Amino acid sequence: MKDVIVLHELTKYYDNLIAVDHVSLTVEEGEVFGFLGPNGAGKTTTIRMLVGLTTPSEGTAFVAGYNIKEDIVEVKRRVGVVPETSNLYDELSVWDNLLFSSRLYHVPRNERADRIRNLLETFNLQERRKTKFGKLSKGLKRRLVIAAALIHQPEIVFMDEPTSGLDVVSAISLRKLIRELRKEDITVFLTTHYIEEADQLSDRVAIIVEGKIVVVDTPENIKQSIGGAPVLEARLSQAPDESMIRGLEPAGRVEFKGNRVRIEAENLTEALESLARLASQRGIQVNDVNTLQPSLEEAFVGLTGVSPELMKIEKEGRR
Amino acid sequence: MLVDELRGIYYILLKDLKAYYFKPPNISWGILFPLVLALAFSLRSPTGLVELAPGLIAMAAVFGTTSMEAIVITFERRTGALERLLLAPISTKSILMGKILGGTVFGFMISGIMTIISVLVFNVKIQSPLWFSLMIALTLLTLSSLGALVAVSVKEVFEAQTLSNYFRFPMIFLCGVFIPVENMPQPLQAIAYLLPLTYSVDALRSTIFGTSNILNVFTDAVILSLFFITFSVISNTLLKRSLR
Repeated sequence: MKDVIVLHELTKYYDNLIAVDHVSLTVEEGEVFGFLGPNGAGKTTTIRMLVGLTTPSEGTAFVAGYNIKEDIVEVKRRVGVVPETSNLYDELSVWDNLLFSSRLYHVPRNERADRIRNLLETFNLQERRKTKFGKLSKGLKRRLVIAAALIHQPEIVFMDEPTSGLDVVSAISLRKLIRELRKEDITVFLTTHYIEEADQLSDRVAIIVEGKIVVVDTPENIKQSIGGAPVLEARLSQAPDESMIRGLEPAGRVEFKGNRVRIEAENLTEALESLARLASQRGIQVNDVNTLQPSLEEAFVGLTGVSPELMKIEKEGRR
Repeated sequence: MLVDELRGIYYILLKDLKAYYFKPPNISWGILFPLVLALAFSLRSPTGLVELAPGLIAMAAVFGTTSMEAIVITFERRTGALERLLLAPISTKSILMGKILGGTVFGFMISGIMTIISVLVFNVKIQSPLWFSLMIALTLLTLSSLGALVAVSVKEVFEAQTLSNYFRFPMIFLCGVFIPVENMPQPLQAIAYLLPLTYSVDALRSTIFGTSNILNVFTDAVILSLFFITFSVISNTLLKRSLR
């Protein structure tokens, strides 16, 4: 897979304030890349530089193979942008908004109607084609904004908080649509303050704090990197006796509550084998087993020191 | 590519006309404004309307071009819709030109109605229709670029309206709409020569009555073109600066 987004020491100053601080990272073709960070961490500024809405103070970046400092028009041809606010035209209908976007992005005249019809079908907006954008619900507005970002079949889509402020049903439906994009090999660069959303959608995640990248890795690796051994939880047919507890202790830290056992173990296989053997010797059934790992949210808190709940409250409070 | 830029200008113009300018309230205002203006002046001075025609047409052009355009740009900036245009693969020059042409077309409608009223109702005879049309077009482009300059200089819609009035009302009173510039006191004349509408009214008067007043039409055209270029270049610089 080739790298379709390459940031090299990308930096943005606003007067004396450094908003993005020498950020370097790469995003592969077809990847869903989550960009996480607390408010004011530099997420939106980074996207704005990559799509030509603001110029970098230092460093450079290549998007779809083009230098953002020298060939920003070529970059713009190849990327779609879903901004944080649903900023289509209230007075134009759903169809006319998509038509205007198709014209603005030089979609050939004979392809426009077909593309619009396909997008309306994909985003389940056919019946709203004549409705003015201003009359749509928040969820439908977000759908149309994403559809408008795809009208010119971009290689890369930048999404800034795509599900922010939506009800649960609309957010789930939008996440499903974002997953669909992966199947079409579209690279998605996603910022979100919903950490579980980044965890569910992203192949890799970057966490940015005060303009600096703290970590770039897969969600799984990030979760493991913050330490804390994986946990095995099991429900037994009856409460274990003292000898069984002592027998399990070499596998890791053991906790019991009634017929539930929780083992924090470096080697889960070894712990599971011990549990199965000791239970079998006592005629105890293991009814179900779960493995638990630190969540991305815990990793985020560990790496940034910021509470995700506080981040959500701040974000929603600004609306 | 030049073709893409020209298409971009055209589509922004079409979108603005559909989304903002050609809405029923605007069209009715666009028709009523010159009618009321003509009626008010004809009641005040039934015989002097022919003499006032160039000024009234220029005044219709001022309000037609600047009233909506400054609002459209600041409103789109406020809602984030202007950002959509800035994300598109076209230059800021083309975005601005699309916007300027929107104001120009709307101004054309209003000043056109004023011209029709002047010709059909008040029997104004236009001596040089071709030059008159050219000068109206140049006037509209210049005033519309002034509207764009006002809009990109401010952030809020009400600021755009207030700032527009700082230009509009002095122009109406100083630029020969009601009183010929040459009849005004020297200090006011000096200010009048700094304002583009002076050259518009002068040119319209020349082309309607066939007489040269302050400057000849060609000189007026050159000066108006310089105003148009200056306003457009400054507006583009300010728009680009917002991307830094």
